[in-house]
Amino acid sequence: MKFATSTSPHTFQTDSVQKVMLEVLLALVPGIIAMTWYFGWGILVNIAISVTVAVASEALFIKLRKRHALPVVSDLSAVVTGVLLALALPPLLPWWITAIGAAFAIIIVKQLYGGIGYNPFNPAMAAYALLLVSWPTHMTSWLPPSVLNTIPLDFGQVLNIIFTGTMPAGLSWDTISSATPLDEMFTRLDMNQMIEEIRQSPLWGDFGGKGWEWVNNWYLLGGLYLLFRKVISWHIPISIIGSLLLLSGLAYMIDPAVHPFPAFHIFTGGVMLGAFFIATDPVSASTTKKGQLIFGASIGTLIFIIRNWGGYPDAVAFAVLLMNMAAPTIDYYTKPRVFGEVKDASDD
Amino acid sequence: MHVAGTSSNRNQRKLWHFHGGLHLPDHKSMSMQRPPVEAAHDDLLVIPLQQHIGEPPEVLVKPGDKVLKGQMLARANAYVSAPVHASSSGTVVAIDEQPVPHPSGLSATCITIETDGQDKWDDCLPAPIRDYKNCTASELLERIHWAGIVGLGGATFPSRVKLNPGANKPIDTLVVNAAECEPYITCDDALIQSHAQEILQGIDIVMHILSAKLCLIGIEDNKQDAIAAIQQALSEHESDNIELVVIPTIYPSGGEKQLIKILTGKEIPGNSLPADIGIVCHNVATLFAVNNAVSKGHPLISRMVTITGEGISKPQNMIVPNGTLISSLIEQAGGYNNNVNELIMGGPMMGYALSSDTLPVSKGTNCILVTQKDNAVQNIPTPCIRCGKCAEVCPALLLPQQLYWYARARDLDKVQDFNLFDCIECGCCAHVCPSHIPLVQYYRFAKTEIWAREEEKRKSDIARQRHEFRDARLARIKAEKQAKLRKKKEVLEKKKAADVDPKKAAIEAAMKRAAEKKQKLQEEGKIPANTENLTAAQQRQIDEANKRRENSES
Repeated sequence: MKFATSTSPHTFQTDSVQKVMLEVLLALVPGIIAMTWYFGWGILVNIAISVTVAVASEALFIKLRKRHALPVVSDLSAVVTGVLLALALPPLLPWWITAIGAAFAIIIVKQLYGGIGYNPFNPAMAAYALLLVSWPTHMTSWLPPSVLNTIPLDFGQVLNIIFTGTMPAGLSWDTISSATPLDEMFTRLDMNQMIEEIRQSPLWGDFGGKGWEWVNNWYLLGGLYLLFRKVISWHIPISIIGSLLLLSGLAYMIDPAVHPFPAFHIFTGGVMLGAFFIATDPVSASTTKKGQLIFGASIGTLIFIIRNWGGYPDAVAFAVLLMNMAAPTIDYYTKPRVFGEVKDASDD
Repeated sequence: MHVAGTSSNRNQRKLWHFHGGLHLPDHKSMSMQRPPVEAAHDDLLVIPLQQHIGEPPEVLVKPGDKVLKGQMLARANAYVSAPVHASSSGTVVAIDEQPVPHPSGLSATCITIETDGQDKWDDCLPAPIRDYKNCTASELLERIHWAGIVGLGGATFPSRVKLNPGANKPIDTLVVNAAECEPYITCDDALIQSHAQEILQGIDIVMHILSAKLCLIGIEDNKQDAIAAIQQALSEHESDNIELVVIPTIYPSGGEKQLIKILTGKEIPGNSLPADIGIVCHNVATLFAVNNAVSKGHPLISRMVTITGEGISKPQNMIVPNGTLISSLIEQAGGYNNNVNELIMGGPMMGYALSSDTLPVSKGTNCILVTQKDNAVQNIPTPCIRCGKCAEVCPALLLPQQLYWYARARDLDKVQDFNLFDCIECGCCAHVCPSHIPLVQYYRFAKTEIWAREEEKRKSDIARQRHEFRDARLARIKAEKQAKLRKKKEVLEKKKAADVDPKKAAIEAAMKRAAEKKQKLQEEGKIPANTENLTAAQQRQIDEANKRRENSES
């Protein structure tokens, strides 16, 4: 009897890229719900626009490369990119900005480098950076969280604003928008105000901005799920959060009047989303365990530096992108000790 | 006597762990439902010459010869080699190229025996050694070599060589590999359950050969019956330096280096052997064969083989004579189920797929695995997403993903930078890869490429050396010739000069002397006139002439 042959091993785990991506999407659900709760329907509309454009541009590009689009698109990586990008965008951003961002993420940052697995930069963050430097006003016009929002918008109004740019009667941008807590904090710090004065504003909750701190909590929950499911390892998120806590703690100890409480840093802005969902993108991150610690700690440090001294209120995207560039070099110099090698026995 | 506990948590010995590894569904109960049986003898036995790592042995028989069971068919002439013996009595019908079980699917020289059904033992076999303790290590090693014993865990390295590490490498520990970590395989388990006492005797013999002080038997905790069998045998056994160590079930704990790490905490670097740190590791089946060779005088002509898998109707263990065809074993195991997929020699992680079942079982065959088609699993490779799962499970602490990257790019220097040759091809990385990349295949490819490149380099080095040597030799010959010529010429010239001298010189000297004399006389004005030395007659003539002149004038 004749048999087909293949090389060993002959058994495989049923894991797949698609399953990994599904887990990530599942872990994002609490954060998405929290964002929608605090910032309205715009979040879901953004996700819908971003995912649609991301998937469509991937399908189109694969077609242009004369390959089968379905197996590529069905790995769901474009969906994850779309969702991550949308979660970083202001809730009432004009639809075309979102669409440009999603198309840029997939076509320029991912597919032009060869598609999944070959992109040196995190597509969602590269797109976010592009949008931020191209349309800074739009990109920093956030809504106040619902707990402070006196004028809630219904679904139709949100759609109208996003797709046509027309405000509901009697409303203007100035009446509905609000700075993000990070923006507020560092703008006013730049104006030489003290933390105590700044914190008089109704924007603040226990740790970070009202609403924002809860959004970050829910991202943390999703992140813990990913850790539990072993989709990600602890090295990158813990080293990001740890280094950020350490540095902001040191600064706070030196002068609490002008340096915010450490918990403010991690529960405000995109730190939790960045630490668990963005910096852990395996394609663009460091892959050795030691390298991941360096990678994460450097991101945390960069976030602290950019927030304190940089021109942009939040720093996660730039910190991640900068370290993406360094990842291959970090990997090269952090090769683990090979079995039997007598370099140092402490590593595992 | 020392028994180290009945389960893993009662070991007295501290256990270590190696990085990575996998908890795999073991599928072992499948073939353990039935007791092991003796496989029926086939009409034809196809015995490959090369069943070991090393030099092929030299054939001693020719077609038409009658052979008896246990008779040597081919003799090992090299040090790293092993003889093969007839596994039953019959007639040699052919010695030719036959397909053999090998990853490449190649053919190799085999001795085909038509059995006579009598299964008659050769009566010229060496006598059993009753008291091995009175034998020297070399006598016992000679017996092991004669018996054709090779590593039966699958590596098939001649055991005599492994048991003779040399005087500069004293061995204090014998590690017995009973881990059997690959899923499906149960041949060692079955052998331990049926022959624990013989295995312990084999251990005693080997420890005597090595002068080892301690023996550690490493066995995974999923083989409770085998553990009990060894404990029972140990309780009846006299030596007290054999320790049974139950280790956690994790693949690949049965890898030689991994097992040694678990038991002793010592890591053997990529380029060294366990003997370098005083350890020798042997599989239980090898020790069983050693006992057979020494205590019974039997060569290695059969072994326990697991025939199993979802594609087999009655999975079981069989004691199989060397050279039996796989197809015949499968028939005895109830034949194939529907929808078979692959026929694998070895386990699912490291075994290799065979293209046909009309291939013989050889010394290294521990398992015949027939898998069933599983339509749910699709293994279409997609790009690597660098998730690093492979590095998490790699027992050699490598970065499989980087190795893959460079192997794919054919960057053979970089791939060695990342320690390709420390890869034991256990398959853990490929098993967990969410992109289903056949990673091990890439590593094998890179290794083969590197070997080929090195071989080429070695050959070209030799060619270059030969060329340079030839040039040098030609130049030397030329120089020598010239030197010789020059010398000859000189000698000739000298000789020529020497040859001419005596006569010529004498003449010249005489002429010179005469000239000088003449000169001298001339200077002194003493040159005689022509008339001075006249004879009397001449004088008379002259006088008469002068008289005549005077007369005529007057």
